[in-house]
Amino acid sequence: MSAVTNKDHAELAEDFNRDENRVDWHDETLWWIRQKRDRIVHQIPDWELLRETASQIKHNVLSNMHSYLQQFEANALANGVHVHWALNAQEHNQIIRQLLKDKQITHMVKSKSMLTEECGLNEYLAEHGIEVIDSDLGERIVQLAKEPPSHIVLPCIHKKKEEIGDLFHMYLGTPSNVADPQILTEAARQHLREIFLTRRAALTGVNFAVAETGEFVVCTNEGNADMGAHLADIHIASMGIEKLIPERKHLGVFLRLLTRSATGQPITTYSSHFRKPRDGKEIHIVLVDNGRSEQLGRPDFRNSLKCIRCGACMNTCPVYRRSGGHSYHTAVAGPIGSILAPNLDMEKYADLPFASTLCGSCSNVCPVKIDIHDQLYKWRQVLVKKGYAPTAKKIGMQLMAATLSSPALYHTAGKAGRAALRYIPFAINNKLNPWYKHRDMPQAPKQSFRDWYLKNNS
Amino acid sequence: MNSREKILAAVAANQPDLVPLPDISPLNFSQDGLLEKLTSILTTTGSNVIPAANYQEIAEYINANYPEAKIVSPLAELESGRLTRYDTTNGIDFQDVELAIIKGHFAVAENGAIWVTEDHMLHRALPFITQHLIIVIEGKSIVPNMHEAYQTIGNSTYGFGTFISGPSKTADIEQSLVIGAHGARSLTVFLLP
Ligand code: SF4
Repeated sequence: MSAVTNKDHAELAEDFNRDENRVDWHDETLWWIRQKRDRIVHQIPDWELLRETASQIKHNVLSNMHSYLQQFEANALANGVHVHWALNAQEHNQIIRQLLKDKQITHMVKSKSMLTEECGLNEYLAEHGIEVIDSDLGERIVQLAKEPPSHIVLPCIHKKKEEIGDLFHMYLGTPSNVADPQILTEAARQHLREIFLTRRAALTGVNFAVAETGEFVVCTNEGNADMGAHLADIHIASMGIEKLIPERKHLGVFLRLLTRSATGQPITTYSSHFRKPRDGKEIHIVLVDNGRSEQLGRPDFRNSLKCIRCGACMNTCPVYRRSGGHSYHTAVAGPIGSILAPNLDMEKYADLPFASTLCGSCSNVCPVKIDIHDQLYKWRQVLVKKGYAPTAKKIGMQLMAATLSSPALYHTAGKAGRAALRYIPFAINNKLNPWYKHRDMPQAPKQSFRDWYLKNNS
Repeated sequence: MNSREKILAAVAANQPDLVPLPDISPLNFSQDGLLEKLTSILTTTGSNVIPAANYQEIAEYINANYPEAKIVSPLAELESGRLTRYDTTNGIDFQDVELAIIKGHFAVAENGAIWVTEDHMLHRALPFITQHLIIVIEGKSIVPNMHEAYQTIGNSTYGFGTFISGPSKTADIEQSLVIGAHGARSLTVFLLP
């Protein structure tokens, strides 16, 4: 469910920034999660070795994806699982609709899957008369609010408990002005239990799929994926082709990394391994490309396919924390989303690689060692060259490029800049200069470094 | 070309040169104090841990703590107790189960995860749909971390298996931790010798 908007990241962030208290609260909450991550990570003596190992395993996966995909397919088929291939979002959605149609199912329960968000599945099925209920509590909350998730692990991290209380009052019949998380969670438990018990189809995402055995693993704390999948007649698993890992033993590496990086938890409450359907029931896996094979062909950006969707890069990102997930107007927000989205549509997402300070914090926490901030920097260069950069930044960067490539111009510009800052600061400290927002421009020195150097070294 | 062939062709054309798999054996290490470590992590993440000498003690605990409950378990050792019989293959029939008692293969000291497979569950839905869950494990089965966990699992061919590490929980409402989301509201782990 990518938000339909014509605004770019800076404009959407500006909307979010209007409520300063909320920005502070959002910032602090995510930073608290980042700190929890640090604490638990420091308890693992071989953490860095673990990250390096995960990165190398994923590297091997990317370099051998063609045979792992076939190996996975063969093993899944041998296990009695149905395998489907979807070139893009549209095919993914059509396959799922057809599966439901064949069984005359019009109501489905779904557990968290960012891939179905990427594909816009809920809207598509709604248009075709199929009701989908999200069963992860956070996803259910944003679904009731008719919003997309704002974070890949914490979908409603932007919502206050009072707002959730209002939603539950309106849709689930809780008394008004109840904001107690315990009471609200209990109400959701009762509401969703009814759904689990009556749905004949359940859809889940896939955290990891094992080529060696044809099984796949789904991780949740709530148990919603299991409640859906085990009670339904048909379990559909939507999976990006990059989710493969070679052997079952490699799960040990990734399950140690995933939740510690995500929320600072040692492991999710449930890490469920689906290998064969129960007697008389069906499991279908939809293998989705949707731009992934293309990203694989871009050496500078292919590392982004190692992502295990832990969200650590978002929790630590100073821009994400202060601009909110919705400002990224794409299913996967934050630093990694800003690398993935331009792969799908450079024009539409040209603003996202610029929504970063390039401080490198994302790369430092990434459990699979993706060079996130370097890739963001590289995307900027690609986008500027292709003429897709956001206009304000484009003009500034063109001027800068011209200035930096000409010593004479640089000298003059320096003089002019210092003079401007000294005598006409309003020419720089104004709303048209994006760098001035939330910043005070420095006092200009009277003398340039060049002048000082010439005077003191002659 | 159908989509499968198109995807495979694009992947083959775009994937980088083959890079070998790393050796993951340096990540295996043994530790002392596994039982203490497991008990501490399970307790801090919201489970009860109870050492028991035998199944008789477990049965007594159940009678004392769940006097009225509807109880389901595939454990033959508890059969003389007051288990409810369920001859069904339909998961929905377990919806009114208050307590389920199952056996775990082993537990992981580092994170409190207990490995359970379908053949120990009666039905895949049981450990999730029940209001409360008891898992029985043997103290000697504890492994230090996930690497040894998968070594222990080896090539076994379960249809469904899961690591369970506590009661169902959520922190989706302003990050306050609430126990009892959709799955079992409590987890009690019995440690046999
Ligand atoms: S890029 Fe790295 S840190 Fe960010 S979500 Fe993916 S795995 Fe986690």
